[in-house]
Amino acid sequence: MNARAEVSKVIFPFHGGVHPPEHKDESSQTPIAAMPVPRQLVVPLHQSIGNIAKALVAVGDTVLKGQMIAEADGTVSAAVHAPTSGRVVAVGPTLVPHPSGLPEHCVTIESDGEDRWIERNRFDWRNAEGRIIRDYLRDMGVVGLGGAVFPSHLKIGGARDGLDTLVINAAECEPYITCDDLLMRERAAQVVEGIKIVQHLLQARQVLVGIEDNKPQAAQAMREALKNAAINFPADVVVVPTLYPSGGAKQLIKLLTNIEVPSGVRSTDLGVQCFNVATIYTIYRALEHAEPVISRVVTITGNVQRPGNVDALIGTPIADLLAFAGDKPGSQAYIYGGPMMGFELPGTSLGLSKAGNCIIAKNGALFPEKPVEMPCIRCGKCADACPAELQPMDLYWFGKSKNFGKAQERNLFDCIECGACAYVCPSNIQLVDYFRFSKSEIWAAEKAKKAADQARERHEFRQFREEREKREKAERAAAKAAARTEASGGNVAEAADAERAAKIKAAMERAAAKKVEAAAAQTASDSVTPIDPDAVSVPMGQAAIAPTSNEAPQAVESAAPALDPEKAERIRAAMEKRAAEKAAAEAMSPEEKAAKEAEKKAKIAAAMERAAAKKAGQAAQQQPGE
Amino acid sequence: MLKVAAALIPGIATYTYFFGVGVLVQIGLATVAALATEAFCLRLRNYPIKPFVTDGSAIVTAWLMALSFPPLAPWWMITLAAIMSIALAKHMYGGLGQNTFNPAMVGFAIMIVSFPAQMSHWAAPLGLAPQSLDAAAQLQWIFTGHLPAGLNFDAVASATPLDTVKTQLMQHTNMLTILHEKLFGGIGGIGTEWITAAYLLGGLYLLQQKLIPWIVPVTFLAVLGGMAGIFWLVDPQHYTSPLFHWFSGAAMLGAFFIVTDPVTSPTTPLGRMIFAGLIGLLTYLIRVFGGYPDGVAFAVLILNLAAPFIDQYTQPSVFGHKNRKKAGAKA
Repeated sequence: MNARAEVSKVIFPFHGGVHPPEHKDESSQTPIAAMPVPRQLVVPLHQSIGNIAKALVAVGDTVLKGQMIAEADGTVSAAVHAPTSGRVVAVGPTLVPHPSGLPEHCVTIESDGEDRWIERNRFDWRNAEGRIIRDYLRDMGVVGLGGAVFPSHLKIGGARDGLDTLVINAAECEPYITCDDLLMRERAAQVVEGIKIVQHLLQARQVLVGIEDNKPQAAQAMREALKNAAINFPADVVVVPTLYPSGGAKQLIKLLTNIEVPSGVRSTDLGVQCFNVATIYTIYRALEHAEPVISRVVTITGNVQRPGNVDALIGTPIADLLAFAGDKPGSQAYIYGGPMMGFELPGTSLGLSKAGNCIIAKNGALFPEKPVEMPCIRCGKCADACPAELQPMDLYWFGKSKNFGKAQERNLFDCIECGACAYVCPSNIQLVDYFRFSKSEIWAAEKAKKAADQARERHEFRQFREEREKREKAERAAAKAAARTEASGGNVAEAADAERAAKIKAAMERAAAKKVEAAAAQTASDSVTPIDPDAVSVPMGQAAIAPTSNEAPQAVESAAPALDPEKAERIRAAMEKRAAEKAAAEAMSPEEKAAKEAEKKAKIAAAMERAAAKKAGQAAQQQPGE
Repeated sequence: MLKVAAALIPGIATYTYFFGVGVLVQIGLATVAALATEAFCLRLRNYPIKPFVTDGSAIVTAWLMALSFPPLAPWWMITLAAIMSIALAKHMYGGLGQNTFNPAMVGFAIMIVSFPAQMSHWAAPLGLAPQSLDAAAQLQWIFTGHLPAGLNFDAVASATPLDTVKTQLMQHTNMLTILHEKLFGGIGGIGTEWITAAYLLGGLYLLQQKLIPWIVPVTFLAVLGGMAGIFWLVDPQHYTSPLFHWFSGAAMLGAFFIVTDPVTSPTTPLGRMIFAGLIGLLTYLIRVFGGYPDGVAFAVLILNLAAPFIDQYTQPSVFGHKNRKKAGAKA
């Protein structure tokens, strides 16, 4: 019973950790039992971190076992499937096993008792591209079964040039839970097949399976399975001491590889990727047997007659699971997950989710009432136990005094909420609750700040737009007025035009004459230094092009929001203005031209400065929000 | 907390053996006064009385203070000190876990500053003085201030070893001559050396139970001993040995029971080391160069003030934040 596997020689302990009573023997003595198909299944659609899957079925639809009933919504999401064949009787918010206790979207299926599979075709993953495999896993609803339910397809294919170490998390460090232990004992060969697949997909150079020393049988089974499987990569079972929370991904990576994954960095970037052993098993079932994730092994223990592990369909009502294990009177509540990180279920009608590794019927004998919370005396026991090497007593003070900024400064967000601090606290302070409170307050504040920033930006843009429209209106009015005066004083304009036209003609003639002269000079004598014709046309070209490029943005900007007739009019006005300017430029003396050029340049510079100032202002607004 | 009280029992027993029943009277008075004050304050503050009165913290405070008092001090002094320490140093700061200063040391310090004469009236260890007081006479003295006819307090009184060394040195007596007085035993004073050894025993029990961090007593004693050692090696005529300093006065009591108070000391490992080391340094300086024979109480109070500051600057690095710069450079 209490036999221990020999701890591997090369491990790299993490700081802290606790060793609560294991309570694993109660549920690890019997083989995994197959749970009969329940009459009704309540399948939650929020089965992974990220977006809730989008329902594909409606009330009254008949579904087959393995049929997709909800598809992944976006990248961070995974599909959900019908665990058995039957009829959809409800789609909508129902209570789900989630700490919030809030109802979420579920699909309720009434089983037809036939358990008929949908037609399945084996996926030829060996000849498929990485992207296709990832999509396939997403559509098979493969998520991390260790509890975090992170969509697995996101963890495959990140490494460009192969991975150093693939870590298989089989530590199962929480007390009471034995589902991974039993899975490895009974299905080690299939787990190893899964390891082979993931190793291949990630091109991992070595595989390390981390198992706590309180599971000698599982360690033995895995060792034998690895030996029997034809593997062409180094793989080893590493037995680690039983010390909660060695099953935390970062803690296990440290234990096995001595790599301390820095805060905010993904382990993949350091050449390590960690998968829960049950997830590996489902990847194998999905890729080799075209089986979506519709069932899982769950430990039912505590105050029940037959504690043990059950292979249950996702969506099986908790009440059915408890009845299967023989619910005993006197249970005060049911814990979903382990005693350290789990939470009390809001009821027993809700359906099992993919995250559900354990259900503990809680009674007074197993979980004595916690004594009253006493003041913190700063004894520092929590800091000794903290695997993240935080100073929980300080974070507690900061949280209690709502000094959240300070808590954040002291790395509150590196807390993994393992509960080791609360476990050792001699004053019975529920430290993790305070940390969750602080975190949620910070998140709420950030959200509120973002909303306020957005509102302010919108308001400022509105002000800007109103001002611009006002200005444009004024400009239009001025243009109209100008047009009117032009029409009334037609003679004056005509005279001016004639004069201008004459000037243009004269200028053009001069240019043509020059050109002819140049050509004549060139043909007349080869010894004469040739005159580059471009040199002549450049000033003209500049004069012609520059105003256009200067006016264009203004014209476009003012034209965009205007109505059609006005727009046309304004465009005409702009064109006229440009033509006039062009003519004037051509008629100008070089000095005048230079002056005009300088003025233009100054205008451009001013506009650029304005734009830069605006940009800087925007950046300044955005920064604090980030 | 009750384990801490239990760890004090060998010290109390030895103390009583050498100095008589007066020790127990002081402890009893302190305990009653402390608990009564605690209950009263909790009531005033609308706190549940039972969980706090039974947590043992007031008892430990009372005992530590009583053990630093002269065994024959008048009853009202220890009572007043206990009330002060609980009401003033503890509850006025917000109660358990909130106090800045070590309550026991506050009570002691107030008394030694206010009543220096009474606080230095020590009786000689049993059998050393020309006359000694029996239990009845001790009780009579503590509660009434009178002695049975024919007895004079001066006849039973004696300075403490630390005090003796200090005053005699001021009269330019040679250290060897001083230490040859019959007040002194092999290491410290007769009796005192055994009492401090008993505290050490209790302290080792606390260490074994992992109730106190080992770094605190070790650093404190190392710095105290180190300072004493340097001066002693340079001039043994005028300075006493590290052993004398360890086994005199409140060194052992302080090392294991007072400096280790978690509420008033830093929480980071490095911070605790700095805290304990500075207390050791200050204790030595006050003992040798200061105006009081012993320096533990004042050294502790001064460093209590600095504890939050020390914490601020000794924050250990968090998992995943080590080599931050290196990781940043790589990325």
